[in-house]
Amino acid sequence: MVSTAHNKIEVQDLSIHYGAHKALGNVSLTVRKNEIFGIIGPANSGKTSFLNAVNRMDMMRPNMNVSGTVRIDGIETRSWRNVYALRRKIGVVFPLPVGLPLTVYDNVALAPRLAGTAGSRADLNELVERCLRRAALWDEVKDRLTHLGSLLSGGQQQRLTIARALSQSPEILMLDEFSIAVDPVTTMRIEDVLKELKEEVTIILVTNLVQQANRLADRTAFFLNGECVEIDDTETLFSGSAKDPRTNDYIGGKFG
Amino acid sequence: MATASDARDKNWFIDKFFQSLMFVCGISAIVFVVGIFLFVFKEGLGFIVNDLNVAEFFFSPKWRPTSLHQPTYGILAMVAGTAAVTVLAMAICLPFSIGAAIFIAEFATGKTREILKILIEFLAAIPSVVWGFIALSIMNPLIITTFEVPMGLGVLNSALILALMAAPIVTSIAEDAFKAVPDTYREAAEALGATRWQTIHKVVLPAAKNGLLSAGLLGVGRGFGETMAILMASGHSINIPTSVFDSFRALTATIAAELGETAVGSPHYQSLFAIGIFLFFITFLINMTADFIVRGVKKG
Ligand SMILES: Nc1ncnc2c1ncn2[C@@H]1O[C@H](COP(=O)(O)OP(=O)(O)OP(=O)(O)O)[C@@H](O)[C@H]1O
Ligand SMILES: [Mg+2]
Repeated sequence: MVSTAHNKIEVQDLSIHYGAHKALGNVSLTVRKNEIFGIIGPANSGKTSFLNAVNRMDMMRPNMNVSGTVRIDGIETRSWRNVYALRRKIGVVFPLPVGLPLTVYDNVALAPRLAGTAGSRADLNELVERCLRRAALWDEVKDRLTHLGSLLSGGQQQRLTIARALSQSPEILMLDEFSIAVDPVTTMRIEDVLKELKEEVTIILVTNLVQQANRLADRTAFFLNGECVEIDDTETLFSGSAKDPRTNDYIGGKFG
Repeated sequence: MATASDARDKNWFIDKFFQSLMFVCGISAIVFVVGIFLFVFKEGLGFIVNDLNVAEFFFSPKWRPTSLHQPTYGILAMVAGTAAVTVLAMAICLPFSIGAAIFIAEFATGKTREILKILIEFLAAIPSVVWGFIALSIMNPLIITTFEVPMGLGVLNSALILALMAAPIVTSIAEDAFKAVPDTYREAAEALGATRWQTIHKVVLPAAKNGLLSAGLLGVGRGFGETMAILMASGHSINIPTSVFDSFRALTATIAAELGETAVGSPHYQSLFAIGIFLFFITFLINMTADFIVRGVKKG
């Protein structure tokens, strides 16, 4: 695979094992700069495992074994000695919102503070406001920045998580089934946010809602039982011209 | 509407039965606590009403209950000694215990962790009197030779022993507090690029704050309540300690050592119960403080 300038992430022969159990086998794909790359697939297809391999969260899990290569901007992630600096480039939004038991403000300010890039109080205030605005949350929380983030509603917490992920000025944003605990209206608002964000960041969107991938993703990969069945332009896949019949069946709602 | 579907079935009666049973258990706990308190209070009451000179009781360092011409009942020296030892013991115990708890909960895996936990449980199982024995036969000569002081029994010895005694329980409560912090917090922090230490320092510690506080207060409670080991390690002489090598006498140890020798109902006997009431009061105050702080923390 030749590394070209507009490829943000290149994955080659990625396999993931938990002990003897194979969660993902021989996945090769590329994610282009500033695209929304959708990953769809039923439960246990290895989507979350894939994301964990990209930002090397396997280091936290002694039983998780990753082989193959992941390159970001052409540099192999395994060659990073400071894995924390690598992770700072990648924002992550989890399926269930994780409002850390800090104030709303501190939740968003955490990443710059950790990285030591917080700057002056005024700079930080501005950053917090900008991130909250971009996550479509500012208007709802601007009067309670000092309240505990973990006391916000589920949908608000999920947007707080997005604001927090943005606060580290990531180059890549990975969302794992972000709408699982969010109402449809908020989901739509977050989707609009993502469409805007893709001007600045590269987005990997794992979703259990097939239509969400259709709405947002430029290209989509279909994972099934640890196998990457097919990758194509979202339009192609959803127009019924997927090459693999299993993809058609899944998109058509026949299983999963 | 009493229809057939509204009939009280077996599960309904079982539920009622267990509810009543739990109610009785809950109430009995309260009954015991109140009963004990009333007993202690009743025994100390005569002294409080007849002989207690409040100023003398709290502010005199002289505890001479058996003096023939003028018995004095001052607990100041004992309070000062007990408090000093508790503070010093916690200063030694908390950093080590919380450090150990962080290691066990956040870093150790597999065998290391199991072995550590077993060792700590083993430490918790050592009876109080054995600790007293260690204080007398190991710590005492050690302190004498290390610091070149004439006597090794006193504040330092007691604090070291107390720190060792409190360490297992403080460690395991602190470890529980860390375990209660959801892993999702850690993963969220690490995904933000937090190092292991940053994760612990910025996310896990604040989230475990309340649990750590109760661990600390448990240690303080232990300090005020421990009797046998302190009786042996303190030197047991009535004295306001001015250095860590000074001997002192603990409130609890006084009760333990003197209660058997007094005539039931005598002022001396009753004064010991007054000390008991005072200890009750201190414990109550510690718990209230804990409650207060925890609530303040929650409000954020
Ligand atoms: N920490 C772990 N330890 C052991 N096995 C795991 C672990 N995490 C995931 N697995 C296994 O790996 C496989 C893939 O899981 P993964 O979470 O990647 O699936 P997923 O596609 O994200 O599913 P879902 O849609 O339910 O989130 C599953 O069989 C799962 O049981
Ligand atoms: Mg998943």
